[in-house]
Amino acid sequence: MLTKRIIPCLDIKDGRTVKGTNFVDLRDAGDPVELGALYAQEGADELVFLDITATVDDRKTLVNLVREVARHVNIPFTVGGGISSIQDVSALLNAGADKVSINSSAVRNPDLIDELALQFGSQCIIVAIDTRLVDGKDWVHTHGGRKITEIQTIPWAKEVENRGAGEILLTSMDADGTKAGFANALTAHISTHASIPIIASGGAGSMEHFYEVFTDGKADAGLAASIFHFKEISIGDLKNYLSSKGIPMRI
Amino acid sequence: MDIAIVKYNAGNVASVMYALDRIGVKYQWTDDTSILQQADKVIFPGVGEASTAMAHLKEKGLDQLIPQLKQPVLATCIGMQLLCKHSEENDTTCMGVFDVEVKRFQSSDLKIPHVGWNSIRAIQDNPLMEGLKPEEFVYFVHSYYVPVNPFTTAECNYVQPFSAMLHRDNFYAAQFHAEISGMAGQRIIENFLAI
Repeated sequence: MLTKRIIPCLDIKDGRTVKGTNFVDLRDAGDPVELGALYAQEGADELVFLDITATVDDRKTLVNLVREVARHVNIPFTVGGGISSIQDVSALLNAGADKVSINSSAVRNPDLIDELALQFGSQCIIVAIDTRLVDGKDWVHTHGGRKITEIQTIPWAKEVENRGAGEILLTSMDADGTKAGFANALTAHISTHASIPIIASGGAGSMEHFYEVFTDGKADAGLAASIFHFKEISIGDLKNYLSSKGIPMRI
Repeated sequence: MDIAIVKYNAGNVASVMYALDRIGVKYQWTDDTSILQQADKVIFPGVGEASTAMAHLKEKGLDQLIPQLKQPVLATCIGMQLLCKHSEENDTTCMGVFDVEVKRFQSSDLKIPHVGWNSIRAIQDNPLMEGLKPEEFVYFVHSYYVPVNPFTTAECNYVQPFSAMLHRDNFYAAQFHAEISGMAGQRIIENFLAI
């Protein structure tokens, strides 16, 4: 049986793992290679590395980091942050990333999704959507959630699928950092209207929240960062809990 | 032991190379026909679309060479599909080592592609699954599948039972990505290298 996936996310800044609340107030959370290998050993189903600085100077650091991670990790991993061209993607895949995640650049230039899917295959192209509720509607945000766009979240999810995205990483900026649970209603709506997998992100604070996102939220995968980094929940315990509640898990 | 990874323009093989590094064996990534013929083991990876992949193989004459190889060959993902007779993906004639048709998943309720960790089960004597649990989880990403057939040595269930692994003579094939399938995937590669 196809299992639901548990994905720890490592936010990377200057080669270190960091975590803050609502994308600000960053705290150091450790060495990305060590953490990645540890998570893989604990039973993580995939890893996501998001480079939240992604300035030009940092790109080389990132590629080197990706290579180190790929050497030590035997599960799929995704790299995102500041990716805006075929060359960026090529460098990361050649360094050993299995997938890349694009966000602001896809909003700026939606054709990029088609181009990347054609060049590398949909299976390695994740489109990340940062969404926030403003005046009763869900709007796509870019630049780490700081900037609102004129695009609504639900039609955008459909569009990225039609353009060739292989998966959607949906982050609720309202829920992110709150530890009050995932945005289940929006996640469920997008997941039931999509034929590609939805990775839900933002708001995980307890094991029950993962249960809810897989049942009420109909997500294919649940992603979280701080609760794993700061060892509030261990991946092994979480997967055992979900399995005991009837959620298919790789144990 | 000389291990050769078939070099052609179908997806990135960095994960395959790092998996071999972790096992601690050396390899060459090559499209040189004489090196491929003389290698002790050949790995035929692949990511991407069937007709494009076949076109790249034909450019280098690899579509003729691969079916003639005599040493153990491990084909993964699209590599496995290319060893079949024909694929529904863009109506592509493939290499025909396995006389079966590659089909597209059709489902009204399950998502296509099939992405993630699913369990596989050996259904015949399968040296590649030696030392593994009767049901083992491995990582899949695909929209096309090989139906269960006389060459099937392990099956998986998504939409319906399909071939997770095939075997005929010196040809071994896996639909999933053993190179990123955790310790189970590593064991499958080690078992192949030990044949």
